[in-house]
Amino acid sequence: MNASRFFKNPIALSGSIIVAFYLVTILVSFVWLPFDPVAMDMERLLDPPSFETGHLLGTDDFGRDILSRIMKGTAVSLIISLGATALGAVIGTLMGIWAGFLGGRWDHWLMRVADVLFSFPSLLLAIFVMAILGEQTYNVVIAIGIVYIPQFARISRGAILSLKNQEFVRAAFSNGADKTYVLFRHLLPNILVPLIVQVSLALSVAILLESALSFLGLGIQPPDPSWGNMLSGARKLMMIAPWTAIYPGLAIVFLVLGFNLLGDGLRDVLDPRLRNAR
Amino acid sequence: MGRYIVRRLLSLIPVLLGVSIIVFFLVRLIPGSALQMYLGTQVETTPEQMVELKRLFGEDQPVPVLYVEWLGRILVGDFGHSLRTGRAVLPDLLSRLPLSLELTLMALALALVIGIPLGVLSSLRQKPLTDITIRVVGLLGLSLPQFWLAALMVLGFSGFRGWIPMGNFVSLWADPLKNLQMLFLPSLAIGIGLAAVIMRYTRNSMLEVLQSDYIRTAKAKGLKRWVVIGRHALRNAILPVITVAGFNVGYLLGGAIVIEEVFALPGMGRLALYAIYQRDYPVIQAIVLLIAALFVLVNLITDLIYATVDPRIRLDEKGR
Repeated sequence: MNASRFFKNPIALSGSIIVAFYLVTILVSFVWLPFDPVAMDMERLLDPPSFETGHLLGTDDFGRDILSRIMKGTAVSLIISLGATALGAVIGTLMGIWAGFLGGRWDHWLMRVADVLFSFPSLLLAIFVMAILGEQTYNVVIAIGIVYIPQFARISRGAILSLKNQEFVRAAFSNGADKTYVLFRHLLPNILVPLIVQVSLALSVAILLESALSFLGLGIQPPDPSWGNMLSGARKLMMIAPWTAIYPGLAIVFLVLGFNLLGDGLRDVLDPRLRNAR
Repeated sequence: MGRYIVRRLLSLIPVLLGVSIIVFFLVRLIPGSALQMYLGTQVETTPEQMVELKRLFGEDQPVPVLYVEWLGRILVGDFGHSLRTGRAVLPDLLSRLPLSLELTLMALALALVIGIPLGVLSSLRQKPLTDITIRVVGLLGLSLPQFWLAALMVLGFSGFRGWIPMGNFVSLWADPLKNLQMLFLPSLAIGIGLAAVIMRYTRNSMLEVLQSDYIRTAKAKGLKRWVVIGRHALRNAILPVITVAGFNVGYLLGGAIVIEEVFALPGMGRLALYAIYQRDYPVIQAIVLLIAALFVLVNLITDLIYATVDPRIRLDEKGR
C-alpha cells in the first residue's frame, strides 16, 4: 500500500486519527481510570459534569463516574466488534472463495445459504440469535458475526469470479501450478482490497449493532459498562440528567464515524476506480 | 416484463423455504423445549406425564416431520398460540403490523424527500470542499445510532409535547393528523441517517450524469437549467438511488423495532421484544418469519422498479 497516498487522503487520515484516539483510550483505561467504573457513590447521584467534583462528564443514577464507564466500555465495544467482524469475515470469505473457485454445485448451494441469511434485516437477525443463545457477552460476538457471513461471502465470491479467468491465473495453471498454490499465491492477495474496506465498514456497523442490542437489554449485561447499556440506563433519566445519555452516544458516533471514514478513505487510496461506487 | 415478474416470484420460494427452515430449527436449538418453557420451573412432571404432554402438544414426532407440519400450518395462516397469553399469534401480529409499516414507510419517504433534493443541490456545486463535506455528512448519517437520535429528539422537543407520542397511540384511520404528528419524530429518527446516505448517492450519481454528452446537448439546445437538471439528469441519476433506498428498507425495519421501544409505540417491534424477554417462542418465530418475508418482498419490488425504469436489466436476465 502506498503510505504517502494514505496520509494525503484527508478522509482516511481523519478516520485513522479517530480510531487511534480510541485505541489509546483503551490502553490508558487498562492502567488508569478517573474513578472505579462500577463503584457506587450514594453522595453523588446524578451529579452534573463539573471540574470541582472530578466527574468531568457527570455521574449516573448510582453515582458512578460516566467518563470512567465510557473509557471502560471502549474496550468492550471494540473487542466485540473486532471479534464479530473476524468471525464473519473468516467464515464468509472462506465460503465465498470456496464457492467462487470451485463453482458448480458448491457455488449454487453456498450462495443459496447466503441468500437466505440475507433475507433477514441485520438487527432482526442479531436479535433473533441473541434470543436463542441467551444474553451473554460472547453470544453478542456470534450474533453479529452471523450477520456478516453472507456479506463477506458475496464480496469475496464476486472478487474471485472476476479474477478466475484472467490471463495471469490461466498462465499460472498452464505452468503447472496446483489449485491451492494459485488460490493463495494469486487470488487471495488480489481480493484483499475489497475485503479490507469491507472489514473497516463492518467494524462500524458492529459497534452500532452491539449498542442497539445492549440498549434493548439483549447485549452486555450491567453492571459491566457498555455504551449501549449505559444509554439503556439513561432512558429514564434523560430529562433530569441529559449528560447520562449524551456522552455515551457521542462515544458511539465518533468511533463509528472513525471506522466509516477509514473504510471510505481506504477505498480511495487502495482502489481509485471504486471512488464513485458508493 | 410479465415473465420476468413471474420468474422473480418463483425464485422467492426457495429463499422463503430456507428462511422458514432457519427460523424453525434455530428455535429447536434452545436448551429445553418450548414445552418446558411453557410449564415453567415450578411444575414437576414425571417422565410418563412428559411423554403424555408431548403427545398432546404434538411434539412426539421426529423433528423433520414437525417442521413439515409446522410449515403446513403456517401456509394456512396458523402461526400457533402465544406461550404466555394463550392467544393465537397471527391476529395480535396483524393488529400491530400497520404501525410498524407506517413508521418504515414514513421513514423511507422522509429519507427520500430530504436526501434527493439536497443531493441534487450539492451536485451543482463542484468544489473540493463541498465534496468532502457531503462525504463526511453521508458517513455521519451511517454512524448515528437511531435510538440515541430518538432520545435526543425527545430531549430537544420536550417543550413541544404534541410532537412526541404521549399516552395512547392514535391509529391513522381514527385521526390521521394526530397520527402523522405523533409518528413524525420517530420516523425522522429512523430515516435521517438514510437521508444522509441517499444525499451522497444522489450527488455522486448526478455528478456522473451531468458530465455526459446528452446533458451538454440539452444545455446547448438552450433548455432552461432546471429542465436539464430535473428532466434530463435527475431521471437517469435516480436509478442507483432507488436501489440504495430499497435495499435499506431492512435497516429501516430494524430501526423501527428499536424506535418503537423508545417512543413506547405499540408496533410489531415492541411485541417482538416482549416476546423475547418472556421467551415466547411461537410469537418470536412468527415475527421473524413475517419481517423476513416482507424484507424479501421489498427487495423484489426494488428490483422490479429498477427493471421498469431500466429495460436493460430485463434483457440481461434473458441473455443469461
